[in-house]
Amino acid sequence: MAEQGASGSDVQKYDASVSAGTGVVTSDRIDNPGFEPFRARVSELDSKKEKANERRVAMMFGLSMVGSVAAIVAYIIFPIVPGDPGSVRTNTFLLGLGLALGLFGIGFGAVHWAKALMDGHDLVEFRHGTRGSDTTRAKAVEVFHLGNKESGIGRRTIIRNTLIGALVLFPLPGIVVFRDLAPAADPNDQLRHTVWKKGTRLTKDPSGVPIKASEVTLGSVFHVIPDGLNDRQDKLEQKAKAAVLLMRLRPEDLHASKEREGWSYKGIVAYSKICTHVGCPVALYEQQTHHLLCPCHQSQFDITHEAEVIFGPAKRPLPQLPIAIDSEGYLVAQSDFHEPVGPSFWEREH
Amino acid sequence: MTVDTTAPASAPATSADLPPSNGTRVTNWAANYIDERTSISGLVKELGRKIFPDHWSFMLGEVALYSFVVILLSGTFLTFFFQPSMAVVTYDGSYAPLKGIQMSAAMSSTLNISFDIRGGLLLRQVHHWAALLFVASIGLHMLRIYFTGAFRKPREINWVIGFVLFVLALAEGFTGYSLPDDLLSGNGLRIIDGMVKGIPVVGTWISYLLFGGNFPGEAIVGRLYSLHILLLPAILVAALGAHMVLLIVNKHTQFAGPGRTEGNVVGSPIMPVFAAKAGGFFFIIFGVVMLTASFVTINPIWVYGPYDPSPVSAGTQPDWYIGFADGALRLIPHGWEFMLGPYTVSMNILVPVVGLVVFLAVVAAYPFFEAWVTGDKREHHIADRPRNAPTRTAIGAAGVTFYAVLWTAASSDLLATHFKLTIEGVITFLQVSVFVAPVIAYLVTKRICIALQKKDREIALHGFESGRIVRLPGGEYVEVHEQLSDYERWKLVSFDDHAPVMLRPNKDGKITVPARLRARASNWFFEDRIVPVSLTEIEASHGDQLTQEQVAVESR
Ligand code: FES
Repeated sequence: MAEQGASGSDVQKYDASVSAGTGVVTSDRIDNPGFEPFRARVSELDSKKEKANERRVAMMFGLSMVGSVAAIVAYIIFPIVPGDPGSVRTNTFLLGLGLALGLFGIGFGAVHWAKALMDGHDLVEFRHGTRGSDTTRAKAVEVFHLGNKESGIGRRTIIRNTLIGALVLFPLPGIVVFRDLAPAADPNDQLRHTVWKKGTRLTKDPSGVPIKASEVTLGSVFHVIPDGLNDRQDKLEQKAKAAVLLMRLRPEDLHASKEREGWSYKGIVAYSKICTHVGCPVALYEQQTHHLLCPCHQSQFDITHEAEVIFGPAKRPLPQLPIAIDSEGYLVAQSDFHEPVGPSFWEREH
Repeated sequence: MTVDTTAPASAPATSADLPPSNGTRVTNWAANYIDERTSISGLVKELGRKIFPDHWSFMLGEVALYSFVVILLSGTFLTFFFQPSMAVVTYDGSYAPLKGIQMSAAMSSTLNISFDIRGGLLLRQVHHWAALLFVASIGLHMLRIYFTGAFRKPREINWVIGFVLFVLALAEGFTGYSLPDDLLSGNGLRIIDGMVKGIPVVGTWISYLLFGGNFPGEAIVGRLYSLHILLLPAILVAALGAHMVLLIVNKHTQFAGPGRTEGNVVGSPIMPVFAAKAGGFFFIIFGVVMLTASFVTINPIWVYGPYDPSPVSAGTQPDWYIGFADGALRLIPHGWEFMLGPYTVSMNILVPVVGLVVFLAVVAAYPFFEAWVTGDKREHHIADRPRNAPTRTAIGAAGVTFYAVLWTAASSDLLATHFKLTIEGVITFLQVSVFVAPVIAYLVTKRICIALQKKDREIALHGFESGRIVRLPGGEYVEVHEQLSDYERWKLVSFDDHAPVMLRPNKDGKITVPARLRARASNWFFEDRIVPVSLTEIEASHGDQLTQEQVAVESR
């Protein structure tokens, strides 16, 4: 069969009526030498080798059976013992091993069978152009003509146009019904407010224990949530906006602007923990430099300069939470944040 | 259709010559029963002996297909135990360190799958490993198609379908990653939320609708679950079906080789050789995934804990295939956000998002671009060797490099800590690299391709240097060259040759702008061109060759 595919070179295979574009078509090309003579495999020449290969394939299929049965056995005799992570590991490992053997046996067996025992001749199939033949195409065109003639869709323009109108409109309700994916309230309002308000105590995350100003030693950092957060139904949503970092610096290291002078207490400052880039928690504080680092895209905020961005893709400083102490010496908020926290959004300054 | 798929003459006598055994009778009856009701014999006749050419790189697409099957099987098992709900529950399973902790039902049921259901952890890991393999093999398969030019006519549409499959695979990966509602996946969603909010005009609302209120809300896991197990797989299976049908219609490409032409396809028939190899290969892939899953832990959500918007640990990484997007976000310099009147425009988010969309669009559109440059309307079924299309290969190398730089950027913090560099230094270096490295890759690749082509030419014309030095009777020393056989030579000389188009006025005597552009583009593609060895050259070279026999004769 080999010789049948070998006639002529590539070039002659191209239909001359099809543009070759930049392709260079020349008759000065080397001819396709045709198929190489077939080299028979050892197993085709040597019946002993053939028998050996047969045995090998059967052995692999046999191993597969062993593996599958072993998997069932492992499932039963190595149960998971509650409270013992080791038993989970053993079960996973042995069950997986059995299953893998069951799979590999079939896989390698079949491939070896194909390679060593099945007929190894290359066969040739001829290609024909992808395009339908001219008669087929003419018939297809005819179908459309008949469709048009018999329905009159081209002629009866009023039917056609109203149909198009109807088809354009009918999906719209399907889009509109998705409005109630979210509640009716305007998101903008909610993005602007957190649960912090005047007098809310700063408490430790996650325990909710209030923090005394005296606990906050120089150089320390606290992860803070508002008092009462843990009891709320919408705890996570509120926490995603209200999480705060509390740090104490030497007062002379803080460079507060005029209007923010009263927002700190003896060098203790509180900043939103939600990154102004895309909202990761800014959790890494470098004591030496007083920089906050966002682990997601490495934006860095300088706490000595009102958390302005000194590096990275974030643009805006972290919003500051104005704080004071109450009569018992606990740290409290003076008010909510004065701007929306977290990532920027279109209507943010609107 | 002429299909020469008859059995070779040496085949043993078929069973038809023998009286039928019981087994044969049952098979015959069943075959007849089915055919009388489905007319399936036509399909078997049409497809049963279809020819598939053989090359290791053709298996990459198979790997993708088989890992998808593994994903479907393991995923179905997981759906029987997973609860896609964000309702808060108190964990009471076997994993002691988290006992009594509040978490979503999604997280809790994922822990139960991992610690209380036999084989649950195994299948979770099978699912995750197979998903990683799925995306990786699609990527490699696309590279194979690209670098061998297998996207050329008539396969441009199948390239686009394959591209859609790639995007769907990414979407499946991301939605699946988010389902357990653990700390890492929640953080991933947080980043998505922030990115969506950065979209001008509609961003705030899209995020609000997506999460069913404020982030994280109680809806997102259930919604992603619908996408992950219903909508996306349905589209994926449909696209996969179309991909396969077109593969059969167009038939597989093959590499140049003796006897192989644009008009034939040479290889093994589906029945039995290809079926056995491919079927066996499926089991091997499944086995590899199974073995990996039983040995290597992946995504240990119990270490991360349930989602909480507050804690995050440094050095956590998204699944590798999301890395390039994360890296793109990291490379934006400080300050790319501005006000448009009262509105905030987040260029620090828009630029990477738009950049990646453009990059993907370029990938999807490349076959049409190259078709426009060459104007070649012929069908191409012989796969190019990458070196024989230097400009295409160089463009591909530039694209891969661009992707690699973004991907590296996703680990910028790990690079900085591991190699004791400053994070600023690493980022600045990568910011420069994202523009410069692709250019370098382009230039170097193109040079390498052309050098390899020259070497091929040399060998086709003059053979190998055999390393044997012979002294001729005249006292002259020559090195004996060993000639290639016709078969070996054919692989080196049979490739498509293109030349830049000449800019000529059209029939109205004008040179249009598109024509000018095309001429420019084709010049860019083909000006550094190594022509294939021609018949005349071969004949000429034989004249002045010293073959071994000649040397032998002369030195006698
Ligand atoms: S989220 Fe903080 S830098 Fe991106």
